[in-house]
Amino acid sequence: MTDVKPVLRLEGIVKTFPGVRALDGLSFDVLPGEVHALMGENGAGKSTSMKVLGGIYQPDEGAIIMGDEQVVMNGPLEAKAKGIVFIHQELSLAEELSVAENIYLGELPRKSFGRVDWALLYERTDAILKKLKVGFNARTRVGDLSIANQQMVEIARALTVDAKAVIFDEPTASLTDAEKVVLFDVIADLQAEGVGIIYISHRMEEIFKITDRITVLRDGQYVGTVETKNTDEERVTQMMIGRKLDLSRNVSHHELGNVALEVRGLSCGKLYSDVSFEVRRGEVLGFYGLVGAGRTEIAETLFGLREPSAGQILLDGEEVRISSPADAIARGISLVPEDRKGQGLVLGMNCRDNMTLPQVDDLKAGPFMAEGAEVAIFDQYRDKLDIRTPGWKQRVGNLSGGNQQKIVIGKWLSMHPNVLIVDEPTRGIDVGSKSEIHKLLRGLAAQGYAVIVISSEMPEVLHVSDRIVAMYSGRVMRTFTSEEVTEDNLIQAISGLTDDRAA
Amino acid sequence: MQPGALSKALKGGAIWGFIVLQLIFFSIAGEFLALSDKAFMDYENMLLLLKQSAPIGIIAMGMTIVMVNGNIDLSVGATFAIAAIILLGSMDMLTGTLGDVMVIPVAWFLALAVGTLLGALNGLIVWKTGVDAFIVTLGAMLGYRGIVFMFNGENPTSHLNWTLVDYAEAQFLGLHTATWFLAGVTLVLWFVMTRTVHGRNAYAIGNNREAAVNAGIRVGPHMMINFAIIGFLAALSAVVFYSESGSVNPNDGQLYELWVITAVVLGGTRITGGAGSVIGTLGGVIAIQLLRKGLGHIGADTSTVNLVIGLILIAVLFLDRQLNVKGKEELKI
Repeated sequence: MTDVKPVLRLEGIVKTFPGVRALDGLSFDVLPGEVHALMGENGAGKSTSMKVLGGIYQPDEGAIIMGDEQVVMNGPLEAKAKGIVFIHQELSLAEELSVAENIYLGELPRKSFGRVDWALLYERTDAILKKLKVGFNARTRVGDLSIANQQMVEIARALTVDAKAVIFDEPTASLTDAEKVVLFDVIADLQAEGVGIIYISHRMEEIFKITDRITVLRDGQYVGTVETKNTDEERVTQMMIGRKLDLSRNVSHHELGNVALEVRGLSCGKLYSDVSFEVRRGEVLGFYGLVGAGRTEIAETLFGLREPSAGQILLDGEEVRISSPADAIARGISLVPEDRKGQGLVLGMNCRDNMTLPQVDDLKAGPFMAEGAEVAIFDQYRDKLDIRTPGWKQRVGNLSGGNQQKIVIGKWLSMHPNVLIVDEPTRGIDVGSKSEIHKLLRGLAAQGYAVIVISSEMPEVLHVSDRIVAMYSGRVMRTFTSEEVTEDNLIQAISGLTDDRAA
Repeated sequence: MQPGALSKALKGGAIWGFIVLQLIFFSIAGEFLALSDKAFMDYENMLLLLKQSAPIGIIAMGMTIVMVNGNIDLSVGATFAIAAIILLGSMDMLTGTLGDVMVIPVAWFLALAVGTLLGALNGLIVWKTGVDAFIVTLGAMLGYRGIVFMFNGENPTSHLNWTLVDYAEAQFLGLHTATWFLAGVTLVLWFVMTRTVHGRNAYAIGNNREAAVNAGIRVGPHMMINFAIIGFLAALSAVVFYSESGSVNPNDGQLYELWVITAVVLGGTRITGGAGSVIGTLGGVIAIQLLRKGLGHIGADTSTVNLVIGLILIAVLFLDRQLNVKGKEELKI
């Protein structure tokens, strides 16, 4: 390594949240003119570290050093003023405003009396847009642009200030190949000007194409930094997954029944396309992929929350059209949603009322609620699922994450479904309860339910699934049985690399 | 045509098209149903219509910028009444010492200052407490109205200043004083919203507050400025109206907030913020006044007028929603 001084250095950053050590001694540096990749699985601490850099979080320990001096970031504007620019993955744009106004949001050039200097604004913006070779101009309304072009607007923001370091967070998530080429040109230009670049991405091929060094995080820990040219995908993958995680695959299979749910060529606009799979009774089908790969959207379609644009859904061999959640429930499909607290539970209500929510219409004694029947249902599933709560009067908001999830699962089991879809079953649940939920899901399959588990955590998918569907940007890349799946081929499949290596 | 284009064209021009339709309808219907022989589109009648639009219209301009900003102000009617009482009350007290003419600027200043302060107070509370503007100004609506009754109980406050009445009833280039005020306010706010950094930032905040914060825009001060402006305009509206009438009842200005919001929404401002224009609001104000006057012209009573305006408002919002649905794949919630 040369003796060039890094533009940005993080030293021993520690950030804790109640109960979680989100970052534990993170150190890395970015040299001028370098593209430095930051990699890690979901939840490894990438976004937390970027939020620390951007001043959204204050680190508990450690220092951020720019040039020679230690700096403290008190907010996004201060970070920008110091020359650190963020390109957010989630679009941070005002749709009703023009492209120019969005690019210079918060920093519109002024004339006297607080007037906007439109001429200057458009001139500067058009200069930037010319560099980006995009097909729209400074006056276009952002809401009229495609998602990819909106992403380009976001990227254009990096070019407005004299940046020292630019952080790209999954910038290519919605770009076409041609737009990616332009983006990489922009990155090359920035490099040539001596700007340090932090590049966060899951896509191996990009990482190996444009980066100089790779820093890997795992569970908030700094794993190591390697020179891109001295490493390969296998090694980086290994660093990301690590060895300490329990990656044991599911070995036991239950007796399989008939096909409970079959999906043929299902598509929904740009969200996903041509998805086909089937689930049998007694089987757990895992869906694994990156955030945004279209898994949750498929579940929402099966639950009647989205209308598919093409394809068929077959329940027990019969084609059905599911037009609403009520329809889905009536046909025996249940969805345990991703956001337990926001979508799955009414936190202010007690355990019993949450459990019987989908069927209160049927639990009546004359014009009144049949309280006894409700309590009976609650007791039954409390025992069955081993829900630990002082009693049915307990408010659900006061339960632990694991017990909350069991309430949601119990709610759907009490509706006697055929197909149970579970989206991120253990998000935000502690390790002990996790394995309990996993056992529960296996147990349900054993009892003859068809279970679909959507997860972003590889150990979880490996652990509970009989078969695994790997998805990448809205398409099914490959379906593995638990015998043939390995960490490597799974990671490659969800990064879009499977074709040439498929066994 | 793309769905977006249609909805934009409708939003931009629809209100003016609606006004033209009304003019045609009432002119023709007036021939058969009107109680008087005068044509509906009489020159004097139209001038009067603009003048009558002014009190609601001036406040509606302020409501537009507050709503574009992503807030709402329900307290404008009460602020209007307070400003009116300050205006007439102070003239009553000070005419003896200052004389008939000099008292006018003093009373005007007092009324406008109080209105601005009350608006700024709303804004400050919204900014510092983070409580939703709807709740804050709902409280302010009740509170400010309470203050109105503390002045003079149930009794009206009256003071007629003939110099002022002459001035208010004057016509310059054919238009009444009130109309000039409405035109001036519209012009100034149009300039603020389309040409200044403050205006553009207000749009950004209403459109995507998180993006605005990420870009370093200080959301609170912008909101407070806009609340101060609407407070000022509510007071200005009172000043313009009561300079002529000279007597204010403690119940005056009630339901103004609802008429104002109706006009703003009809004019195409999005109720969640981020989109809308001052010019559109002017159209909304005129459309409502035209509807009231036109239905009166053909012999409908007030209750019918309200029913029709209510139905039109819902129809407009429904149409807007239909035109804005993004496609079938959208989550059905």
